[in-house]
Order: sequence, then structure tokens, then C-alpha cells
Amino acid sequence: MKILVCISNVPDTTSKINFTDGDTKFDTNGVQFVINPNDEFGLTRAMWFKEKQGATVHIATVGEASVEPTMRKALAIGADEAIRVNAAPTDGFFVAEQLANIIKDGAYDLVVAGRESIDYNGGMVPGILATLLGMNFVNSCISLEVEGATATAIREIDGGKETVQTSLPLVIGGQKGLVQESDLKIPNMRGIMMARKKTLNVVEPIDATVATKDAKFDKPVAKGAVKLVNSADELVDLLHNEAKVI
Amino acid sequence: MSVLVYTESENGKFKKSAFEVASYAKAVADQLGSSVTAISFNTENNDELGAYGVSKVLNVTDDKLATFNALAYANSIEQAAKSESTQVIIVSSSTNSKFLAPILAAKLKAGYVPNVVAAPESTSPFTVKRTAFSNKGFAHTEITTETKIIGVSNNAFGVKENQTTAAVETFNAELNDTDFAVKSIEIDKVAGQVSIADADIVVSGGRGLKGPENWGMIEHLAEVLGAATACSKPVSDMGWRPHGEHVGQTGKPVASNLYIAIGISGAIQHLAGVSASKTKVVINSDPEAPFFKAADYGIVGDAFEVVPKLIEKLKEFKAQNA
Ligand SMILES: Cc1cc2nc3c(=O)[nH]c(=O)nc-3n(C[C@H](O)[C@H](O)[C@H](O)COP(=O)(O)OP(=O)(O)OC[C@H]3O[C@@H](n4cnc5c(N)ncnc54)[C@H](O)[C@@H]3O)c2cc1C
Repeated sequence: MKILVCISNVPDTTSKINFTDGDTKFDTNGVQFVINPNDEFGLTRAMWFKEKQGATVHIATVGEASVEPTMRKALAIGADEAIRVNAAPTDGFFVAEQLANIIKDGAYDLVVAGRESIDYNGGMVPGILATLLGMNFVNSCISLEVEGATATAIREIDGGKETVQTSLPLVIGGQKGLVQESDLKIPNMRGIMMARKKTLNVVEPIDATVATKDAKFDKPVAKGAVKLVNSADELVDLLHNEAKVI
Repeated sequence: MSVLVYTESENGKFKKSAFEVASYAKAVADQLGSSVTAISFNTENNDELGAYGVSKVLNVTDDKLATFNALAYANSIEQAAKSESTQVIIVSSSTNSKFLAPILAAKLKAGYVPNVVAAPESTSPFTVKRTAFSNKGFAHTEITTETKIIGVSNNAFGVKENQTTAAVETFNAELNDTDFAVKSIEIDKVAGQVSIADADIVVSGGRGLKGPENWGMIEHLAEVLGAATACSKPVSDMGWRPHGEHVGQTGKPVASNLYIAIGISGAIQHLAGVSASKTKVVINSDPEAPFFKAADYGIVGDAFEVVPKLIEKLKEFKAQNA
């Protein structure tokens, strides 16, 4: 089985968010970038397929040279090869078209993406990708097994979960649950050394659709101070008469 | 040229979010000087949508679509969009809508913006406000394609009545076997339980509850309030509660009207996913817990003392206001 894991390079989850250039750009100053958490679960599941079923695992990222440290980390975790599409990821449509272009010639059986990246929270790349490629697609995956050409996945639904079955080639949008948190791999010295020698191919972007454009950003208005109350009575009264939520 | 809205349902009945997205669609249609057409699947009382400004309903009745199937539903909506010459499609932010919307976007070459929190700021250029950076920011996003798909954040716009009469038509899209290549084998869902996505009120517990054996009072409080139950990430990681209840940046997003956090410290990753809730109440024994900075109301105290009292008071309140 040949697997491609799509890796998004995102601000670390504790990052403070700021904007520059008249609030038109995300301020990367002092921000640490990491593998998107949803992708990390997928990458770890792919490593399981590599170890248990002899799969080959490639990773791909659409991004400028600054994303390479994140890609090296994915290689240190154990991916075999990496592909970087040399372009700033402008929107979900653009990213999906770039990835589709490298996947269509790569003969991948399984494409693993995250349900959404935690920066722009678009959640569109896996679905657009699957549709452009005519591959089967399961989103919000919390479990994935592959036997021959048959995949069984569990996906989260509102209020529960659904088990689905389909065939390869398949694209999934994955998330926490694909593997246990405790199974997430921290790259060790040997992995890091080996990652340096692995191939990181750089391909130039194709002309692609840009469907949306973030014109401006802002932040939520600062909240007023919390109202501390001493009794349940008082709380019920405030929730009813002031907040009007009960 | 109408605005098309996908109205979700369960067991033949519309979900509350269906009325919210219909209300949103009506606001967009008013801005564009057009009307609202809804597409619904196997629903019984389609006239209901008229109350929220929908003037035409395309009702799909097909046993094969009894359970949600992303590709088959997306194909049906695509065909409806084409037959109506729609340029704007509105969907909700449910897990299912977030599954089908990108498929639909790819088919229609439409720009899709999820997590939208307000009616369009302008229709030329077409600009909407959405949350980004896990609720730590907002983006004002222009959709540059001719066809546009908007995913409305739950509870952000609200349900607004706009009485009109809905003309109901039967609509059946052409579907083939490949549309059903992903087959549903089993759905595991507790009947009658409020889900986090649909809930007006969410009661959430953290590590401060010490163990799964103490969840009875969380469930009891939720029951009194008609709320959904949720938890912080370590709680589901330790197996105290099911994974589907974990809320936050890497879990389910919560955009309820009332969020009650009990024994949850308020780490940045937790807040990121729940801060879209309108009113936040925190019960924590540590006055320095970061969650107090993000909350509207707080009680500094031991959950094991405060929660039973709160349940009692709420029961009294309900009895008086019944
Ligand atoms: C990449 C990444 C992603 C993450 N994503 C998420 C996410 O999506 N959601 C999430 O929740 N977390 C997430 N986390 C974890 C997050 O950082 C915190 O560890 C977590 O939210 C803490 O959970 P908690 O508040 O239940 O536990 P704790 O931090 O242990 O807090 C327990 C709280 O309970 C209080 N308490 C103790 N006893 C009592 C009592 N008797 N009565 C009242 N209060 C009491 C304590 O004062 C304390 O404030 C993520 C972390 C990382 C690194």
C-alpha cells in the first residue's frame, strides 16, 4: 500500500494570534510552527500501516521553504519521502488542486489528511481533493483499518459515530482517535539523523483556482471581567434575568 | 437565481439548525433581492420552513437516502443548485455538512467558507465574517467564484421568523451506484440524547471531577437543563468519558448559548474550541484557574458541593417557571 499524508504547517496550539500589515496578514513573529495535530494522528496511523502491513509513506506539504523543518519532523517520525509544492498556500481550493496534481501521478492507495488545520479551520482540502481525484472519501475519521482493497473506517457524527466501509483508493480527513495520544511519536536522535538523508522533493505549483481571499482579520473584543457569585441561587437568577439563557 | 439552503433533518424531522440556516438564507436573499429555496431529504412537514422565509422546498424522497451519505447528498444538492441556477448555497456547521460541503465546492467550483458568524458584510465583493485560528481570531473573507457556499456557525445567527408560504415540490436527483461507494455499516448513537452540536446548553466536566464514577452529577445537571454533556481532553484520553464528548481545539467545537465548565482549568486549547459559546459559567476550586478570565460567571468552590446545590436550585426554578 502506498500512502500519502498531507501535512499542514500550523502555529503551535498555544500561539498568541496577531496580525500585521493593517490586519491583512497573520503575524508569524515569535510563532513556533508544528505539524497540524489532526495530521499528526493521521501520520502516526500511517506509520502503523508501514510497520504492520509494509506500507510506503510519503508526506506532502504546500508551502514555501520555511515549512521544511515541519516536514523534516514528519520524516524523522518515519515517513519515507517528502514532497513540497513550492507555493504559499493561499486557500483550500488552491492547496487541494496542488495536492491533486502530485497525487494523480503517484499511484497512492490511501491519502490521509486532517479533518481541518487548526489555523484557518477550513476543513476543505480532503473533500475537494477526493472529489477532484474521483477517490472515495470519509471525513472526521476516528478509526481506519485496511484489508486488501477494502477500508473500514469509523467516523464521528454529531452525537455518536458511524462505521463505514469502502474501497481503495481512499482519501480520509482524520482526527484524534485514529491512534491513541500516547502512541504519537516524538522524533528520536536516530530518526532525526535519518531524516536529513531522506529525499525532500520540491515541485513547482500549477496554475490553480483561488476561490476565497482573506481580506482582513481581527480579534474578538476583550471580555469584561467575570462576575463571581457565591451561591447557586444567585447564579440561577443571573442566568435567567441577566444572561437570559435559561 | 434563488439562494439554496440545505436543511438537515433526522427521522423525518427538521433539526433546529435547519431553521437557523433557513433564517440565514433569507437574510442573504434579502441582500441579493432574491428568494430562498430549500432542499430537504425525506422530511415530513416541509411547510414548517415557510415560517423562516423559505418560499420553495425541493423535497427529496428516496429510501436510499434514509441515512446521510455525503457524496449522494452532495450530488443531489449540486443538481438542485443547477436546476435552480443558484449562486449561493447555505449549509450548517454540523459534522455532516462539513463532510459534504467541500465535495459540493469541488463539483461546482465554488468558494466555500465555513464557520461564518454573521450575514454577508457585502455582496459585491461577496464578503463574510468567519472564525479562524480556533476562535482566537476572525477573518473577513471574500468569495471570488461565481457560485458560493457558506457554512453557518451553529447558534451564531439565530433563528429568525419571516412568515411566508413554502411551495413544496418533489425533487429527485439522478444518482448511480458510485455515489454509494462509501457504505454505512452501523450507526452508534444514543437515542434521545442531545448532541453537543445541536445543544443550546452544554455541561462539561474536567479532570477536577477526579474520576468517571463522579459523572452522575454532571449528567443530572445536564438532564435538568436539557443540555448535552461534554468533557476536557484528558478526561476522554483517560477513558472516563467517550471520545465524542471531548471538546476544544482538537475535539468538538462548542457554540452553545450556555457553556458550564466544571473542574476544567481553561487551557488555551480547551478555550479555543469553546469560546464561541455565548455565556460561559465556570465552577472551579482554584480562584487562579485561567478559565475565570474567559468566563461570564464564576463560582470559586468545590464542584462536589456546588453542583448538587445548583441542581437543587434549578429544579426549584423549573418548578416555578413551568
Ligand atoms: C496539541 C494539543 C491539543 C489539545 N487540545 C485540547 C482540546 O481540544 N480540549 C481540551 O480540553 N484540552 C486540549 N488539550 C489539553 C489542554 O492543554 C489541557 O491539558 C486540558 O484542557 C486540561 O483539562 P482539565 O482542565 O480537565 O484538567 P486540569 O488542567 O487538570 O484542570 C483541572 C481543574 O479542575 C479544578 N478542580 C480540581 N478539583 C476540583 C473540585 N473538587 N471542584 C472544582 N474544581 C476542581 C482544578 O483547579 C483545575 O483547574 C490539548 C493539548 C495539546 C498539547
